[in-house]
Parts: sequence; structure tokens; C-alpha cells
Amino acid sequence: MTTLDTAPSTGASLRGARLPRYAPAIAGVISVAAAAIVGMSLSWNLAGMVILAVLIYLVGLTTWSRAVENSRAATDRLVTSLIWVALGIAFIPLVSLLYEVISKGAGQIDGKFLTWTMRNVVGQPGGIYHAIIGTLIITAGATVISVPIGLLTAVYLVEYSAGSRVASWIRFLVDVMTGIPSIVAGLFAYALFSLIVGPGTQFGIGGSVALALLMIPIVVRSSEEMLKLVPSDLREAAYALGVPKWKTVLKVVIPTALAGIITGVTLAVARVIGETAPLLIICGSTDSLNYNLFHGQMASLPVFIYTSYTQPGLNPSILQNMAWGAALVLIVIVMVLNIAARVAGRIFAPKTGH
Amino acid sequence: MTTVTTETGSPKRRLGDLVFANLTRGAGLTILVALAGVAIFLTVEGAPALGAKSADLKGHANFLSYVAPLVFGTLLAAVIALIIALPLALGVALAVSHFAPRRVALVIGYMVDLLAAVPSVVYGLWGIGVLGPRLIPVYAWLAQHVGWFPLFAGPASNTGRTILTAGIVLAIMVLPIITAITREIFTQTPRLNEEAALALGATRWEMVRLAVLPYGRSGIVSASMLGLGRALGETMAVALVLSASGVVSLNLISSTNPSTIAANIALTFADSTGLQRNALIASGLVLFVITFAVNFGARAIVSRYESGSKA
Repeated sequence: MTTLDTAPSTGASLRGARLPRYAPAIAGVISVAAAAIVGMSLSWNLAGMVILAVLIYLVGLTTWSRAVENSRAATDRLVTSLIWVALGIAFIPLVSLLYEVISKGAGQIDGKFLTWTMRNVVGQPGGIYHAIIGTLIITAGATVISVPIGLLTAVYLVEYSAGSRVASWIRFLVDVMTGIPSIVAGLFAYALFSLIVGPGTQFGIGGSVALALLMIPIVVRSSEEMLKLVPSDLREAAYALGVPKWKTVLKVVIPTALAGIITGVTLAVARVIGETAPLLIICGSTDSLNYNLFHGQMASLPVFIYTSYTQPGLNPSILQNMAWGAALVLIVIVMVLNIAARVAGRIFAPKTGH
Repeated sequence: MTTVTTETGSPKRRLGDLVFANLTRGAGLTILVALAGVAIFLTVEGAPALGAKSADLKGHANFLSYVAPLVFGTLLAAVIALIIALPLALGVALAVSHFAPRRVALVIGYMVDLLAAVPSVVYGLWGIGVLGPRLIPVYAWLAQHVGWFPLFAGPASNTGRTILTAGIVLAIMVLPIITAITREIFTQTPRLNEEAALALGATRWEMVRLAVLPYGRSGIVSASMLGLGRALGETMAVALVLSASGVVSLNLISSTNPSTIAANIALTFADSTGLQRNALIASGLVLFVITFAVNFGARAIVSRYESGSKA
């Protein structure tokens, strides 16, 4: 390691010797090639080769940099490489998950899958129409409950509270509420309706209440952010025209912030539409179509996925394959909502009318 | 209520304001009532479990000895998740805020959003159907070569449905939360601090270590706590992935695993009756208290930090 000591003095420029810009690329190519040769000669699988390549790259580039540059530059290169490795590791599961869901689920989806229920379907593939309808009805119920409460609370926090102690507590507890486990929300709804309606009640509206509990904090925070963005010039202009405050809020402030509020609500819906645990407890599951939110067990997509995969019955592959199909449908719904949120934000954006 | 005391407005206008102001305040108070209601209703429905006998508690003498192993499993799974997720999340956050070119950072941001959007039951499905089977040889290798280490004592599970697999799935699920918060704080680092470090000849990593990480320390702590809170309460991924037998064990790769509170509720609720359900609700209350405390602490750090940074 004598080169280490002499390397800085040989650098002609003020900054000392530097590795060429393409050094990481060279190191990458060499380490991939080396790992491939070693891996193939020992007949490793792909994962082993990739791990070996990453290790060779990390050690090789750092040592090279240490020899030519200095130890500080070597540390910098090592950390930079580690950050990209972390990024790679973090997204492997995402790629794998999307690949598996699409490849296993896509074959399931056809007309029958989307339009049939599982009523009296035994030993053959049925459909998930009842679960889709259940999910939509329950989530719509949750939206109807949570949006008025969430939006009015946001109006209170922005327009009426003006730094009061109650407001800061509400704001703080709303933040804490975002961390309530979904299963606790389900147990809350179950305990609530057990006391009000009768022990062991399971119906759709209970699921709506549980999901609303999870949605409210998201709606409050996003609406609050959007209302805060409304310029106070607009409010003051309305007051100057003699418009009462409540009318100013309803006719000026909320319409101005509407695009952002709709985006926030849609994202909140996307967040809760895949919740399973609360619905498992309070909505139960059924093979039949149930349009009545207030009576009887109601199927939903997430619960269908869970029960079909864990209790597949006599011929496991049929229901387990359907679970993958339903998972794909659920992911597509969530993605469509996420895209819709952004599109809605554009459509409902206030017209700047200049 | 300044509108009431001023003499200028017409009575009708004041009425509208009064109604609307109280309506909005009522909505705000509804949220507080709902939060209190969660605690109250779970207590009311869970309280009978304190008098439950061993027949209703899976053979445990009282509720405390019933819930203790579940609390252990919940903490174990969440801590595994955090240990795996935190370094990765910090790496992703730093890549977005300081290391990646702007366009790449945008794409990474979208992918993190995508990671957050996938429903938990789908993660569970992936964990049991894809990840678990892939990890079987890894666990066998660990049991064979590092079996002297208590965490990998084995015998290795031959389904891959271990607490470590559950922890890995949980880690993927909490990654977006930790990334989102730390990224936010890293990008808020004062530009002058960063440039001062660079001007003194610091490399990029030294700049991050000297300027960005100290500035974001409390943000990292609170982000980890929020991630921990999410991992503690996550239900479906664990319920699907874990082959739980309710033991207290630090052996991460065997086929007898501790269960978690949330997974235990999801797995046994449908088949339970009477006092068993009360016991499950009471364990849900324990989970609520734990996650509430963790989230409360995290948010307290964040809000102190926010008021501190403005000053």
C-alpha cells in the first residue's frame, strides 16, 4: 500500500488526482462481468450473482478511489454507491409485487369474473361483482360521513379558530389519529354498533364508519392545507363588499380551494379503499350481492382476497387464483383513483380569468 | 365571537355566521369525541375480558398473561421492520433530496407513492405467495451456518411464513412513510449550511453528514416513530404471512412464531364468541394505547421541531 502515501503528491493539479468521470461505469461493467464469470462457473442463481456484483463494485470502487484519490473521496464514493444500492433494494419488492400480481391476476380477468357473484358457485371459478359493489358502497358511505366532518373541521381550523387552544389540540390529535391502526377502527365500529344495535351486529354501514374514522384525518389535513393557500385578498375583498363571513367561506374560499380539496378527498378514498382489517370485523363476508348498507353482511374486495386465499376450500387453486385476480382489480382501482385525483385537480382548478 | 358584539351587521347576517361558526366548531369537536369514543367503546366492550377464565383465553390464566405474548410479538415484528426499513428509507430520501438528478428524483418520488398506494392485503398476498417461498432456502442456510446465533437458531421453517418474513413485508410497507417525512426535512436544510460545508472543501457525503443529517435528526427520530406506529398496527400483511403459534421466542426463522395483537384479532375474531370477543377487543385497546403513545410522542417531536425551526 505504498501508493497510498505517494498518490496525493503525484497529483499535478491543486485538487490532487481524481478518478475519471466514467470510473463508476467501468467499475460497474467489471464487477458485473466478474460476478457473471464466478457465478456461472459455480452455477449460482441470479440473486447470488447480483449480490456478488454489488459487493465487488463497492469494494473495488472504494479501493480504487482510495488508491488514486484519498480516503475522504473514497468514503464519499462508498456512501454514494450505498445510497443507490439502498434505492435498488427498496424497489425490488415493488417491481416483484407488480409483476406477480399482473402475471397471476391478468389471466383471471374476463367478463364472467367481473359480472358474476360467488353465490352458489362451488368448485369452479365465479366472479367478484358482489365484492366490487360492496367495496364501492362501503367506501361511498365512508366518504359521505367523512367529507362534511373533515371539510368543516378544516374550515374551523383555518377560518374561525385563529390560534385558539382548542384548535391546536384538534390539529395535534388529528395528526395522532392518522396513526390509528385500521383494525382498531374496525373494533371501534364493532363495539359501537354492538352497544347501539345489538351484540355481534355486522353490516356495511359499520365498515363505512370505521373507514370514515381513518379518512377524516387525511381529509382534514389536505383540506386545511388547501384552504390556507387561498389568498386573504379574496376574503378581504368579499368582506369589503359586505358579504357575511359564512357566505364568503362558502362562495369564495371553498370554490377557490375546490380543486385541491377534491384531490385530497380522492387520495383519501384511495387510501382507505384497500383496507381489509376493519371490514373483516364489522362487515363480515358473503358470497351474495348485497346492496343494503344497513342490513346484512357485505362482501368487499380486500376481504374477498383475504378469505379466498386463506380459506380456499376443497380445490385451493381456483379461489387462490381468483384472489390474485381480485388483487389486480383492487390495485387498478387504487391507481385509477390516484390518477383521477391529479386529473380532478386540473379540471376543477379555479379559472384565472384574466 | 366578534360578530356578535359589533353593532354594524344586520341580525340575519349574524345568525348565519353564528350557525356556520358553530357548525364548523361542532365538526372539529366531533373528531375529538370520536377519538375519545374509540377509547371509551373499546374499554366498555373490552372490560368483561378482565374477568374471563382460561377457557376463553386460549388457556391463559388471566387477560394479562394472554395479551403479554401478543405485545411481545407485536413489538418484535415492528422492530424488525424498523431495523430493515430505516437505512433503506434514509438512503431513498437522501437519493431524492441530494444525490439523484432532478428528473430521476421525480421518478423515485412516484415509485415511493406507488409503494404507499398498494393495499396491505396485496402485500400480504405477495408475502405469503412470493416472498415466503423464496426465503425458504435462505432460512435453511441461516439455520445451518449461523444457527449458533439465537436469532437464527432454527429449525428453519419450510413454508417461509416466519416472523422475519412478516418483518420484511412490514418494512416495505413502512418505507414510504419514513421516506416521505425524512425527504421533506432533508430538502428543508438551509441552503447556506450546505454551501458553507461545500465551500470548506467537504465532499458531498461530508456535506450531508455535517449539514443535512444534524438538521434533520429530530425529523428522522419522529419519522421512525411514525413508521413504528404503522408497523405496530399493521394487520393483514402479518395475518396472511405469519404462521403464528403465540409463543414468546426470539427465534426469527422457525415455524413456531409469536403472534401480533392485530394479526391475532384478524385471525380469530370470526370464530370467537362471547368473552373471547371481549378479550380480543381488550387486546385491541392495548394496541390502541401503544400506537397512540408512539404517535403522540412522534407528533410532539415534530410539532416542537416545527415551532423551533420558525423561530
